[in-house]
Amino acid sequence: MTAHLVAAPFLLPAITACALIVAGHRLAWQRALSIASTALLLVVAVALLVAVDDGTPRVLAFGAWPAFVGIVFVADRLSALMLVMAAGVGLAAVVHASRGADARGAHFHALVQFQLAGIDGAFLTGDLFNLFVCFELLLIASYALLQHGGGAARLKAGVHYVALNLVGSALFLIAVSVIYRIAGTLNMADLAQALARTPETDVPWLRAGALLLLVVFLLKAAAAPMHLWLAGTYTAACAPVAAIFAVLTKVGAYAVLRVGAIVFGTSPAAVAIDAVVLPLALATVVVAAIGALAAARLSVMAAWLALGSSGTWLAGVGLFHGAGTGGALFYVLPSTAAIAGLFLLADAMAQARGEVGDTICGAPRMHGAGRFGALYLVLAITIAGLPPLAGFLGKTLLLQGAGPDHGVLWAVLLGASLLNVIALARAGSRLFWAADHETPCPGLAAAARWRALAPAAALAVAIVALTPGAGALQRYARLAAEHVVAPSAYLDAVLPIGGGRSPVGEVLSLRETR
Amino acid sequence: MEALLALSIGVLGACGTWLVLRARTFPVVLGFTLLSYAVNLFVFAAGGIKVGAPAIVDAVAPDAMADPLPQALVLTAIVIGFGMTAFLVVLALRLRGETGDDSVDAVPEGHGGRQRPDEAA
Repeated sequence: MTAHLVAAPFLLPAITACALIVAGHRLAWQRALSIASTALLLVVAVALLVAVDDGTPRVLAFGAWPAFVGIVFVADRLSALMLVMAAGVGLAAVVHASRGADARGAHFHALVQFQLAGIDGAFLTGDLFNLFVCFELLLIASYALLQHGGGAARLKAGVHYVALNLVGSALFLIAVSVIYRIAGTLNMADLAQALARTPETDVPWLRAGALLLLVVFLLKAAAAPMHLWLAGTYTAACAPVAAIFAVLTKVGAYAVLRVGAIVFGTSPAAVAIDAVVLPLALATVVVAAIGALAAARLSVMAAWLALGSSGTWLAGVGLFHGAGTGGALFYVLPSTAAIAGLFLLADAMAQARGEVGDTICGAPRMHGAGRFGALYLVLAITIAGLPPLAGFLGKTLLLQGAGPDHGVLWAVLLGASLLNVIALARAGSRLFWAADHETPCPGLAAAARWRALAPAAALAVAIVALTPGAGALQRYARLAAEHVVAPSAYLDAVLPIGGGRSPVGEVLSLRETR
Repeated sequence: MEALLALSIGVLGACGTWLVLRARTFPVVLGFTLLSYAVNLFVFAAGGIKVGAPAIVDAVAPDAMADPLPQALVLTAIVIGFGMTAFLVVLALRLRGETGDDSVDAVPEGHGGRQRPDEAA
């Protein structure tokens, strides 16, 4: 039963998306179906999270082909945590969009479901080529979602975003081909075995293929110096889309961890990967902290903070170390939820403040400034990593796991936290305290109701709930990271499927017996 | 054979890269087309070059047949690349329509992350 549950997080949104296209243009139906499906996705992800906690990854081999020729989906603790994160943020975004943003263009809900299918597929797939396919699926959905609402600014950001990612896809295919030429397989577990025995003459090729692949993943994760597309793209997208995009950069860093640890962890290319990821991640964190200071609008600041959160997660990934990476994994959940929440909050505030939008400046006092302010406080504390909420615990676990040998990491993360506190405090005091009239605009009261804030508030509640649940999550995240860095359980679960590695002749005979 | 294939991939890749770096959208689209040709040939070549080898059939010894996996991969890659290029064409046309300019860096109003507030709302 749980073996088939593995495919559900991919199939459920994919089928829902097709149903939404067929279902016609009744927005009420589309909303109901989309919200129900995403809520079910969250339930499935949590069920998977509980199921894989016994330490054995669940593997689904489509058509029961042997792992190294067929398509496998693998769910382990790391995948399950990521699935829960994606489903949670997706649900908040879909509910937020159902208050009217989804009416500004066609097929919003179908595209979101395709986006979720691509993201979930990337978290689950057990081979490099399907990782490529899932990346393309989530990218094509994101290209279209970025255009939702229309306008020249979105088109311009779209051309840049599409062009960059097309280059990324080309490099991805070249890297996959090089690796296939060396190893003769694309299954991750099988590659781990094959690449560990790379002959001396192939090592330069392997290194080239591995680093090309890394370039692609770092482009998706928006690591410096390939971060320049992120702020423009995320700011151009409408709020619920930007909230989902906050998960997208996490997929890039996830791929670095999954592929870097399992595929290349024991290969001769491991040293080259280790040397690249951490410095670039730290550079990203610095750039993002400076960008957040310079932002003139709340949504622009949220985009730079998303980059910082992605950089911090990537820094933890770059440690390739149980405790350190586990700490980053703990950090990435509340931090992603908080950034998605900040995008949604910025949108709600832009509507409640009237013509100044979410520009960080003084304006007439808002209706319900108290509830907006309280929500902003929770999200800001989480993003900056201040006690007592889960963001602080995540950063602490990451620093603790990295240990005293990584002085630069400590300095960069703590310095960036300080800059984030300054940026968020400055923005908060301008937005909520620098009111130039005490009487709010009467026409805007409807936009400031609790209902407009519900999705962002739900994310904030989830973050607050993570704080008392921190012990359990810490254990889970640490085990997840340990089992990826030392993937013996993963290999044991995948490799024996269909009788393990065998020469091509045996595959053929197996084909005959089917 | 190998030299010819390598040379073709190299020339296509170089032309594609040069065109992708152009400032107008039409050459960029052409560049991506050439680049995807180069990549598809590269994926295909990853299976090894065998002249006249049959596809995967049971009557043939495994060593004599062409590697089927890169063929499957390249099919997928062609489909995906075609779809992406089509999307880019539509995007470029819409950009030309909206801004009246086919420059990749067409600067619409609200450049530099500062959108008009009514658009943000």
